[in-house]
Amino acid sequence: MDKGKAVMGAGRRWAVDFSDQSTVPSSRDILDPPGFSRASPEQDDSATSRQKKDAEATWKLQQKAWEVAQSPFKNLMMMGFMMWMAGNTVHLFSIGITFSALWQPLSALQSVGKIFESFKDNKVELLMPKLVFLALNLGGLALGIWKLNTLGLLPTHASDWVSSLPPPQEVEHSGGGFAFH
Amino acid sequence: MAIKASLLLLVFLSSTIVSFSLYEDQVGLMDWHQRYIGKVKHAVFHTQKAGRKRVIVSTEENVVASLDLRHGEIFWRHVLGTNDAIDGVEIALGKYVITLSSQGSTLRAWNLPDGQMVWETSLHSAQISKSLLSVPINLKVDKDYPILAFGGGYLHAVSAIDGERVLQPPESSIIYVLGFLHSSEAVVYQIDSKTGEVVAEKSMVFPDGFSGAVSSVSSDKIVVLDSTRSILVTIGFLDGDISFQKTPVSDLVEDSGNAEILSPLLSNMVAVKVNRRTIFVRVGGEGKLEVVDSLSDETAMSVSLPVADDQVAFASAHHEGSKIQLMVKLVDDLETVLLRESIEMDQHRGRVDKVFINNYIKTDMSNGFRALIVMEDHSLLLLQQGAIVWSREEGLASVTDVTTAELPVEKDGVSVAKVEHTLVDWLKGHMLKLKGSLLLASPEDVAAIQEMRMKSSGRSKLTRDHNGFRKLFIALTRAGKLFALHTGDGRIVWSMLLNSPSKSEACERPSGISLYQWQVPHHHAMDENPSVLVVGRCGSDSSAPGVLSFVDVYTGKEISSSDIGHSVVRVMPLPFTDSTEQRLHLIADTEGHVHLYPKTSEALSIFQREFQNVYWYTVEGDDGIIRGHGMKSSCAGETADEYCFTTKELWTVVFPSESEKIISTLTRKPNEVVHTQAKVNTDQDLLYKYVSRNLLFVATVSPKGAGEIGSVTPEESALVVYLIDTITGRILHRLSHQGCQGPVHAVFSENWVVYHYFNLRAHKYEVTVVEIYDQSRAENKNVWKLVLGKHNLTAPISSYSRPEMFTKSQSYFFAQSVKTIAVTSTAKGITSKQLLIGTIGDQILALDKRFVDPRRTLNPSQAEKEEGIIPLTDSLPIIPQSYITHSLKVEGLRGIVTAPAKLESTTHVFAYGVDLFYTRLAPSKTYDSLADDFSYALLLITIVALVAAIYITWVISEKKELSEKWR
Repeated sequence: MDKGKAVMGAGRRWAVDFSDQSTVPSSRDILDPPGFSRASPEQDDSATSRQKKDAEATWKLQQKAWEVAQSPFKNLMMMGFMMWMAGNTVHLFSIGITFSALWQPLSALQSVGKIFESFKDNKVELLMPKLVFLALNLGGLALGIWKLNTLGLLPTHASDWVSSLPPPQEVEHSGGGFAFH
Repeated sequence: MAIKASLLLLVFLSSTIVSFSLYEDQVGLMDWHQRYIGKVKHAVFHTQKAGRKRVIVSTEENVVASLDLRHGEIFWRHVLGTNDAIDGVEIALGKYVITLSSQGSTLRAWNLPDGQMVWETSLHSAQISKSLLSVPINLKVDKDYPILAFGGGYLHAVSAIDGERVLQPPESSIIYVLGFLHSSEAVVYQIDSKTGEVVAEKSMVFPDGFSGAVSSVSSDKIVVLDSTRSILVTIGFLDGDISFQKTPVSDLVEDSGNAEILSPLLSNMVAVKVNRRTIFVRVGGEGKLEVVDSLSDETAMSVSLPVADDQVAFASAHHEGSKIQLMVKLVDDLETVLLRESIEMDQHRGRVDKVFINNYIKTDMSNGFRALIVMEDHSLLLLQQGAIVWSREEGLASVTDVTTAELPVEKDGVSVAKVEHTLVDWLKGHMLKLKGSLLLASPEDVAAIQEMRMKSSGRSKLTRDHNGFRKLFIALTRAGKLFALHTGDGRIVWSMLLNSPSKSEACERPSGISLYQWQVPHHHAMDENPSVLVVGRCGSDSSAPGVLSFVDVYTGKEISSSDIGHSVVRVMPLPFTDSTEQRLHLIADTEGHVHLYPKTSEALSIFQREFQNVYWYTVEGDDGIIRGHGMKSSCAGETADEYCFTTKELWTVVFPSESEKIISTLTRKPNEVVHTQAKVNTDQDLLYKYVSRNLLFVATVSPKGAGEIGSVTPEESALVVYLIDTITGRILHRLSHQGCQGPVHAVFSENWVVYHYFNLRAHKYEVTVVEIYDQSRAENKNVWKLVLGKHNLTAPISSYSRPEMFTKSQSYFFAQSVKTIAVTSTAKGITSKQLLIGTIGDQILALDKRFVDPRRTLNPSQAEKEEGIIPLTDSLPIIPQSYITHSLKVEGLRGIVTAPAKLESTTHVFAYGVDLFYTRLAPSKTYDSLADDFSYALLLITIVALVAAIYITWVISEKKELSEKWR
């Protein structure tokens, strides 16, 4: 509106601002062209559409957030498959896979805020996706630890704690044997 | 999956069942081998013909060898068995070396140039007696004069050509044989040399009896001593008649003590040692004795040697100060000295023990003499023209005890060895190595590489190195000499004779018994040099007073020595050290007292603190009794000092003498390091090792079976092994092998014993392993308790707590007869162990401990296989590549000593016998260091090439990107 006026004020004889959506004709110098109804019947409609659009965007965001939240699941499956392929013996391949399986969830958990930052919106419900994300990543971590355990790299047995213990000292000392010849 | 698993397994197995082996060009890089012959008994020169001059020697280590007379190198050498002592060696027909051995029952002929055996004859013998070998000196080579050999009560005439008994000697003559019966009756036989018949026999009783050596002065006279050793008896046996003529020694010299006839054969003369002097007694025609000369004691004499003009000469050698006086005199005219030389001699060689002389014609047609002398330390030297031409340290052929010592630390600014290579040399060397590893090297390059590796990087430096590869092995020899051998190249860093002539008169000739590490400074007292303790004894009797000698390891100088005034039966190093890191030692004497050393108040206070916890035990092999003793109180009596303690008997283990005889006892090495007390099985199951230093392994056999293998039937013989706690006398384990027989060779390490014996039923040698586990600690399996440290696994344990235990054992056949077994030892005890088996072929076989694991089963599970358990087989494999001696032989192998290097993966191995051998072993490969031949140049070049490649590709990609953008 202001813009239209401003344009007129710049010396134009007349101008129609189609984008002017104000319903008050008095503010204009010229009449509306015939057939042009300023009173938009879709006034309500547009508002709802805008809402709808917003909702759609939110929904999309939500959807995306959910997608992001669920993305570790695929990873999880993949990891599971890789781990199964790697077998249960300790060698370079299996150790590499296990450590990547441990590292991925850990790094994901660290940057969970950052990942969901792009979805930050008052309307978008992020708690649940975050929780799912966390849960899945924790699941991945658990899988990694389980793998570590099956590889025998976790100190869960008594042997792991005893092996480093030196033999006990003896209280008594003895020596001897055959006499020298 | 199955394929994958089996592939993995294949890869795993192929990488684990690796035997120790070398490439050809690695021989000599870290091992060395030294060949010896031992103390020379007889020497025969062979110098008549032009060509190689040589001397044939036989030694106390039962070696017959041919030495190069110019350089002292061994042309050839044969080590006869331990029971095959050589009684005589001669040269026959100018081309055969004849040896008589085994108390005169074996006669052998060896080819003189190359030492191949030509023939061997077993001579019949009935009883044990002195044996003699006589090879007639014949001028006509083509005529076959018989060799006369006496032994076991028989006289044999044997042809030198084929060793057959001679039936038709070329000409008939009478052989006179004089013998003694029951050392109081002289018998003369006259034997027809043609038929071997006894022509005449005459005997005569000499009531006083004979003793000592016999000296035959002429063809019809000998001189002996009577049983009181104060009367010289001349026995004439002309024409079969015996006549005695007695001359008291006191008639010859005043104030005479016990006399001793020296064995050298001098014509018409006898050398008698009396009153620390050697007198020469001429035997006159009618048996008259007169003293013609006398020399100071410790004079060694040679047998007489015919020189030109029917004259006979002999050599004598004695010490004068630090010099040796060598004299060659004519026998008939002692005033004529043909040769008088004085030679500077290292005082650590001791006195002259034996002299052998040989003459040669000089260019001016006069007689020259060369003398082969054997010193008190058993070394062999050739003297010629007043100088030592060569010397051989033959003492090292009879090593009795070995210990290790560290080298000095390299000080900053003090360069002991040569300056390191310059950078250019270093680069050149590495380029050569690189060439070698890329297979581009020419044969000359290969030779250069090999030479470079041989003398690489100061392996023979006299300072300690980072990896602990350079060390000293201190060896005590039977002659009582200490040698320090460098592990790098085996050279003698220093040597020291315990009974050097400068020693006190109180103990003239102490014999070394054993060696101990006395002071090893590594935490405190770093400025002190480490030292070893040599325990010796004055005389061979077990009640003879002992001598202690402390020797500085760095310099080889004796720090101090003391006559301790009591006998030495047993030495026991205690696990305590004082503030200067001197180890406390207890020495037990024959009266059942123990004496504490060092005699300081500090040591005494340390010992008093542990007084109740020190025990000692004795093994009485003849009675089959093992006794345990505890400390009681200080000694009472006027001679006692506060360092002497009495003991009380605590327990005895008596073996039934009719069924068991102790043949072997063994304990763990006191300085062995054990890394862990737990043994983990495949399913994470935990077993606690029973690791105790107070365990004694005892093997007994039935008295009948104590003889040679095969002398009894399987029913008569049984082998029983025991594990006995030496504190309480408790028998922890007993295992009986029916139908088995000794000798038992065993090795005890950590919680296991491996022993080797003969199975009479199977006619095979067997090896059995016994592992001991502690049952009473087996409950410690709760992880949380272990995590929180709520356990008593590291609390000190006492033998009186009666730990329950169980054993696991398994037996295997072993194809070889064994001389000794040892086990590798590493610094922390983490590296897996290898058994080092000294085989009957004088080689050393390295066998992984995994092969003697009681957990082996016929079909190990997958997990067990992955853990490295080998499927059970009935016999242990002998992999030719795992002989650590590769192509060499350690002749007369007697012992193997292992010592840890600083690098955990590596262990030093030193084997001694007649020969010496050293190598470095890595039982699990050198996992903690790069290989010696690692090509640093290749690594450098690779890095440089990679960096260059990265840079170039970066530049190219930049350019390409730019051109893409411009398009």
